Amino acid sequence: MTDPVNVPGRWEREFPLQTVIEEDGSADPARVTLTDAKALDLFRWMILSREMDERMVQLQRQGRIAFYIGAIGEEATVLGTVAGMEERDWLFPSYREHAGALYRGMPFVTFVCDLLGNAGDRMLGHQMPCHEAWAPGRFVSISAPIATQVPQAVGAAWAARIRGDDMVSLTWFGEGATSANDFHTGANFAGVHKVPVIMVCRNNGWAISVPRELQTASETIAQKAVAYGIHGERVDGNDLLAVHAATQRARVRAASGLGPTLLECVTYRVEGHSTSDDPRAYRGAEEVDAWRDRDPILRLGRYLTWRKLLPPDEVEALRAEARERIRRAVEDAETFAPKPSIQTLFQGVYAEPLWQQREQLDELRAAVAEDPRTSHPR
Amino acid sequence: MMRETRYIKAINEALSEEMARDENVFVVGEDVGGAGGAFSATRDLLARFGPRRVRDTPISEAAIVGIATGAALRGLRPVAEIMFADFLTLAMDQIVNQLAKARYMFGGMYTMPVVIRAPCGAGLHAGPQHSQSLEAWFAHVPGLKVVMPATPHDVKGLLKSAIRDDNPVLFLENKALYAMKGEIPDGEYLVPIGKAEVKRPGKDVTVVATSRMVHESLEAARILAASGIDVEVLDLRTITPLDREAILQSVARTGRLVVAHEAVKAFGVGAEIVAMVCEERPALLRAPPARVGAPFVPVPFAQEKLYLPAAADVVRAVQGVVSA
Repeated sequence: MTDPVNVPGRWEREFPLQTVIEEDGSADPARVTLTDAKALDLFRWMILSREMDERMVQLQRQGRIAFYIGAIGEEATVLGTVAGMEERDWLFPSYREHAGALYRGMPFVTFVCDLLGNAGDRMLGHQMPCHEAWAPGRFVSISAPIATQVPQAVGAAWAARIRGDDMVSLTWFGEGATSANDFHTGANFAGVHKVPVIMVCRNNGWAISVPRELQTASETIAQKAVAYGIHGERVDGNDLLAVHAATQRARVRAASGLGPTLLECVTYRVEGHSTSDDPRAYRGAEEVDAWRDRDPILRLGRYLTWRKLLPPDEVEALRAEARERIRRAVEDAETFAPKPSIQTLFQGVYAEPLWQQREQLDELRAAVAEDPRTSHPR
Repeated sequence: MMRETRYIKAINEALSEEMARDENVFVVGEDVGGAGGAFSATRDLLARFGPRRVRDTPISEAAIVGIATGAALRGLRPVAEIMFADFLTLAMDQIVNQLAKARYMFGGMYTMPVVIRAPCGAGLHAGPQHSQSLEAWFAHVPGLKVVMPATPHDVKGLLKSAIRDDNPVLFLENKALYAMKGEIPDGEYLVPIGKAEVKRPGKDVTVVATSRMVHESLEAARILAASGIDVEVLDLRTITPLDREAILQSVARTGRLVVAHEAVKAFGVGAEIVAMVCEERPALLRAPPARVGAPFVPVPFAQEKLYLPAAADVVRAVQGVVSA
């Protein structure tokens, strides 16, 4: 018998995929929320993000960094959202939003030092690569357990309500995270108390090897908003203008007291989950190739060409500029000592170290003094 | 001037005073608002400080701790209430992987002044899931402070200190002590985190006790005094950071050590204290140390009295150590 409830296409019609940039690169000016200068700037950022991801994977393959996880194919989702927020807003990333940290002012060299875990690492070598934080840019944290940033983003936004300031927080997560407890608890609290938070789901189709349809029986992610009594939207995550416009709308809602938005950005993870994953084991090349044609950088490039902002050689020039910036950042990062100092091992566990930690540091120092190989194995 | 108050009222006073002193302090938890808390720790706070600072949440311990963590990142000082310490399991990732590690993972960029209050302990016939003492779990996690006050005086002074502390503090109240009365000063006072206190001086044996077992140990000391054994009761008050000096000084005076806690004996705080003394100052001990703790079973409903460590268990342990 046919299912009278789960009518195919019902929720896709309810939450239509919103686009701004047409196939030919044109766009309805009434729906464009970015100035030409800003669009061009974000194009530059997307190219930097892409070149960086490709280069860092190479460095990982060469054994110079231990691990990398990037955002290839998802650049419009990351940069469109971060650009749609205000400077004072707080960002709670998952683990592909490195471009967001850089956009918020994290020095590129610091990012590379974090990847290396060397003496220039702002996290003192405490976190694994790609788990950066940048407090000056209100880019909070990257956490390995899934979806835990959702209630934290809600808490930060709740703090804004207590203090009476008009900051909004934004959190990113993948579609797989909507299966985890903390997505539910965060969305539910945010809905009940109309917390000014934007929950951005980067629906990139895959959670490591598990496809979207094995993650949730919902036809869309955006429809989950209905059950929480909050606003939901579904946009083409490879259309930077669509992502930016939707983020701005969600921000206006949040700041004017109308509560949270669940913003589903439909995109695709073109590469493996991380450098620890080879997707050829579980998905076919046709699927991936189809999405390569829908590349977010090509898409915005077509719009900029239509706007006559992008001369034919410009893309290659921007790529070369990005590569040079990356080369310098890696070069500068590699001038730092390869390991943080011994005391960083104990630094920051508590506001002040406990007696055990002071003694353990002394013991470790003595052991290293006796045999320096203790701190530099091999 | 001293006055008498109940343990639960002392908690309420501490919250109220700290919220009045610092507008960054706020309370978040289930039924903490109009209901005033499941055990009335937050009574009248909603009326006094309003719904922004006294926030009832949907039922999710992970959300309570997650929201507290997010708010602390923004510079507030949340006091989260978990209705029963047993339900801390539902927020375990937010406590252990997020809150406890946030300062460290992010290179000291954030301070995490979060207090998680949770009633622990058995004795109220509340069964296996409303009665546990899980302090050893949290003492095993770097980044957390763990506090277990035993008296109205200490619960008030320690809670005020915990709220002012820049570290996450797991504040384990004992619900079997909530109705207990005790003397507290009229004015403002603090009890420092990390300092044990001799609740009864003695010369023959040191009993290091936590939470409700402080009172059982004091009762044991009265019983043993009749047979000429002079027991010193050291109330640990804080699990992490452990007051090593106070323990070693007391054992230096008595030469004998018993540790008494309500949690199961296996892999407990008692093991840590005994190991610490044996490692650091074995020569102080004139007899092998002993531990008092619960048997290795969940807290039973009907036979709770059989399960619960009590004064008689401390008496037996002390007699064993003294005659060894």
